Amino acid sequence: MISILRSMWLTFLHVFHKTETVEYPEVKPYLAPRYRGRIVLTRDEEKNERCVACYLCAAACPVDCIALQAAEGENGRRYPEFFRINFSRCIFCGFCEEACPTYAIQLIPDFEMAEYDRQNMVYEKQHLLISGEGKYHGYNFYKNAGVDMGVKGKGEGHNEEKPVDLKELLP
Amino acid sequence: MSLEVNMVKIRIDGKYFEAKPEKNLLETCLSIGIDIPHFCFHPALGSVGACRLCAVKKFRDKDDTKGRIVMSCMEPVTEGLMISVEDPEVKAFRTSVLESLMTNHPHDCPVCDEGGECHLQDMTVMTGHNYRRYDFPKRTYNNQELGPFINHEMNRCIQCYRCVRFYRDYAGGKDLNVFASRNHVYFGRHEDGTLENEFSGNLVEVCPTGVFTDKTLKKHFTRKWDLTNAPSVCVHCSVGCNTIVSERYGSIRRIMSRYNGAVNGYFICDRGRFGYEFLNDEKRIKSVQIRSKKADSLQIIENEQLFTSLNNSELNSKKIVGIGSPRASLESNFALMSLVGKENFYHGISEREYSLTKTISGFFQHSGALIASLKQIEKADAILVLGEDLTNTAPMIALAIRQAARNVPNQEAKKKGIQLWNDAPVRELAQDSKSPVFIATLFKDSLDDVAEVTFHSSSEDIANLGFDIVSGLNNITTDSKTGKKDHQELAGKIAQILKNAKNPLIISGISSGDKAILHAAINIVTSLESVGSGVMMSMVLPDCNSMGLALLPGKSFQDLFILEESHRIDALIVLENDLYRRADEESVNKLFEKCDRVVVLDQLMNKTTQKADILLPAATFAESEGTIVNNEGRAQRFYKAVGNKTQVQESWRWIGELISNRDNNQTDKWNLLDDITESMAIELPLFSKLRKYSPDADFRMLNMKMPRQTIRYSGRTAINANISVSEAKLPQDPDSPLAFSMEGQNENPPSSMVPFYWTPGWNSVQAMYNYLDELDGRMKGGDPGLRLFEQSTGSKRDSLEYNNQKSEVRKNELKIVPVYQIFGSEELSAVSPSIIERIHEPFVFLNPKDSEFFHLSDEESVILEILNIKLNVKVKIENSIVPGQAGLSVNLPGMPYVDIPGTGKFHKL
Repeated sequence: MISILRSMWLTFLHVFHKTETVEYPEVKPYLAPRYRGRIVLTRDEEKNERCVACYLCAAACPVDCIALQAAEGENGRRYPEFFRINFSRCIFCGFCEEACPTYAIQLIPDFEMAEYDRQNMVYEKQHLLISGEGKYHGYNFYKNAGVDMGVKGKGEGHNEEKPVDLKELLP
Repeated sequence: MSLEVNMVKIRIDGKYFEAKPEKNLLETCLSIGIDIPHFCFHPALGSVGACRLCAVKKFRDKDDTKGRIVMSCMEPVTEGLMISVEDPEVKAFRTSVLESLMTNHPHDCPVCDEGGECHLQDMTVMTGHNYRRYDFPKRTYNNQELGPFINHEMNRCIQCYRCVRFYRDYAGGKDLNVFASRNHVYFGRHEDGTLENEFSGNLVEVCPTGVFTDKTLKKHFTRKWDLTNAPSVCVHCSVGCNTIVSERYGSIRRIMSRYNGAVNGYFICDRGRFGYEFLNDEKRIKSVQIRSKKADSLQIIENEQLFTSLNNSELNSKKIVGIGSPRASLESNFALMSLVGKENFYHGISEREYSLTKTISGFFQHSGALIASLKQIEKADAILVLGEDLTNTAPMIALAIRQAARNVPNQEAKKKGIQLWNDAPVRELAQDSKSPVFIATLFKDSLDDVAEVTFHSSSEDIANLGFDIVSGLNNITTDSKTGKKDHQELAGKIAQILKNAKNPLIISGISSGDKAILHAAINIVTSLESVGSGVMMSMVLPDCNSMGLALLPGKSFQDLFILEESHRIDALIVLENDLYRRADEESVNKLFEKCDRVVVLDQLMNKTTQKADILLPAATFAESEGTIVNNEGRAQRFYKAVGNKTQVQESWRWIGELISNRDNNQTDKWNLLDDITESMAIELPLFSKLRKYSPDADFRMLNMKMPRQTIRYSGRTAINANISVSEAKLPQDPDSPLAFSMEGQNENPPSSMVPFYWTPGWNSVQAMYNYLDELDGRMKGGDPGLRLFEQSTGSKRDSLEYNNQKSEVRKNELKIVPVYQIFGSEELSAVSPSIIERIHEPFVFLNPKDSEFFHLSDEESVILEILNIKLNVKVKIENSIVPGQAGLSVNLPGMPYVDIPGTGKFHKL
């Protein structure tokens, strides 16, 4: 009897406590920027695709839900001809982001991806590609790599000497 | 083998091993399975000690605890040698060497095509260099445009010199070299331009970094770990090099060489490597097509409709004809023979090719002569090439001869105590000295630079030279066929050298189309055998399965042309063969007119498929399983790399279904590949061993099929997600013990079915070391392939008749001989875009004297008339072709069939 009354009293006291329930979806929860949610493909500061189709995200993916095909654009610049993520398989582990050498693939704080039809969980490149740089600003792979794919010439990159003059005879 | 060699005992890190003293320490360790990082050493190229990476510690004796650092690739193996690979000091040394090699390496692995199968990546991981300390500017280079096959990215170079050593020293190329000095050395051409050597594609595998990469792969790039691979056999010439064919998303991405110690070793030619693009061509036939009336166009139908529309009486008819093909597998040809019956089976090759091939196959079958494999060619100490332009008809044989030319100087080096792996001093000692190689051809060949004597003359003279050599060998001096003193002297010299050699080799073939040359070559072999020489022979045939087809009963299909007008054929079945490439247009047209129904099985649309009433999509080597027999009579099996279910299927399976349908059998005649090899073994005793040479379809390792994919194969749950998010069942392959999967055991597969090379720590092609008994030796479990012809001694043979007749050439006419081209003369590879860039326009080689006589200048277009066929060709002035004889490029795309050698005349445009 006493325990019942005690329980009722304690329950009654909760009326004056701060509510913990968030009125989702009317109120959105705060998610840290490093939250691992929906995957996007970003662009560099010149609005070009950052992805160079190196296949490292696909190789790192433990559920093998990323498939892509490399193609070559102007000046041999690599880009993905198609880039497909099957989110119905994705476990949001973030390995793809860790593997990405160009900051192209990023996981963002968005988890609202529910669908009635599982087929709609398959995202193609046009669904993944955003227009900004995402979480990491100011990095352009082609300015740091030793290749000339139309972004900078040979020897113009970060910490590079001018191309060797083969006719030079000086020791 | 091991019994003959004195083995020595060496100690590596406290463990004792037996080793061969003629090998160097690095080879020995790699053969044992001890990983020593290295760059510049390649088993085919030997050691030069350039990269300093393969350092190990060597101890003087048991009491020596300090030891000293030596380069294992430059260290001979001696009795009691004591070394340490794991010593901390030497490990640190290797790491620091790698660190300095990496100081200038660009930060571009993500866009480098070598990434994932890179020797440099492997070595970096193996040495443990994982943090970049050097923070100063990197040296950069400009790249060169090296043609349709090879991409150049010079920044990635680590200066190991493997490329020039392969290209110049091994393959005899002239246009790749090293330029500049000190830390500026540059590997490339003197200016932008196509790499001319026929083996340039091997740079892709030889280069340990991404400096030279496959340009055709670049267009549809896929990482090694994502490819579905299958062991295959090259179909672009008769040598039968082993290859690995790789697929992704349903299309073929590249061809790599697959090691076979008896055949191609580490390398393949550019036609084999880059000819694969025809597989993805839009001319591919992918569906069953049918026309109900001759006037209609072809309509695509379903498989089931095919059997209702095919009239069974046609297939049951006695007037049915099957035409086989030298580029279809043994199984497919056999299936067709079973369908139409032996008496109605015709070999789909020209009369000339038929009789010459039969001469060779007959000789091989009954003579017991020693037929040289490519590896044995490399061991020959005197070589005579009679009338075959090897670089263009069998490039890998030319490469093997290039190595054989070093045998005599190598013996000299051995006498001087220089080990053969010690590449620099061996070459320094040899200078320009070579083994005796004699090349008698109709015109120059890029192999000529290794020849002691080249003899460019008319086909009659070449045959006569051959017969004079026979006379010389038999010590008959009176009966000279050439009638020219200098020719006779040369013949005598060659005869003497061949007689004195331990393992002389006679190479000929049928590309010259001359029976006399072939007979001369065979007679030389017979004569040499009778004097007790260990003579070897090798004969070049035109197509990948020419030998296999020749071993089946059948007639030349030109016999069909002489049937009388009234003779009708109820059904003509053409197997993977463009008849317009085998006989002249008029005769083939007439043949088709005689047929009520034409069934064609093929892979690419061509003139013959346009005549088909029923067109069946035949699988290529990449989509099917089967066996082909190479020029030495080695039966080799290829496996499919594409598993997607389409209407395309193996020709033997199509024909099997036709047979079951005809006989109203509920079950297919041949369910599996094993069933048809079984039938073949029963019917043709020659092929009785075929069934056992490669594992059955139910062979399992650890109760599982063997994987075609690497363990890191990616995208399984996304590849087909655009079609349906529900994952489909994996493609099945009931015919072989290989699965379209990454699951299963891939360690030590049977040597005939290595789908890809990978062992822990070795992602690059160098992983192949772990599949070999010893470097440069046999594969574990023996080299793949089944030799159909046994060598036997003591069988007595009569020599073939002298049948050399001078062909009559009228005034204003020339004798026209065929000129084969490595790029273009082979039907399938000539469809590949990269090969097309290397194909010449149809041309005619003309001696300057003849060009003066006919008032023709170099590069002039002219009409050449041969047997009423007019060809538009370009004149090429060529000094090496004799006056009175002209060489016409043959089988180039768009050229009609011409029956040459023959006579022809020019008409000015």
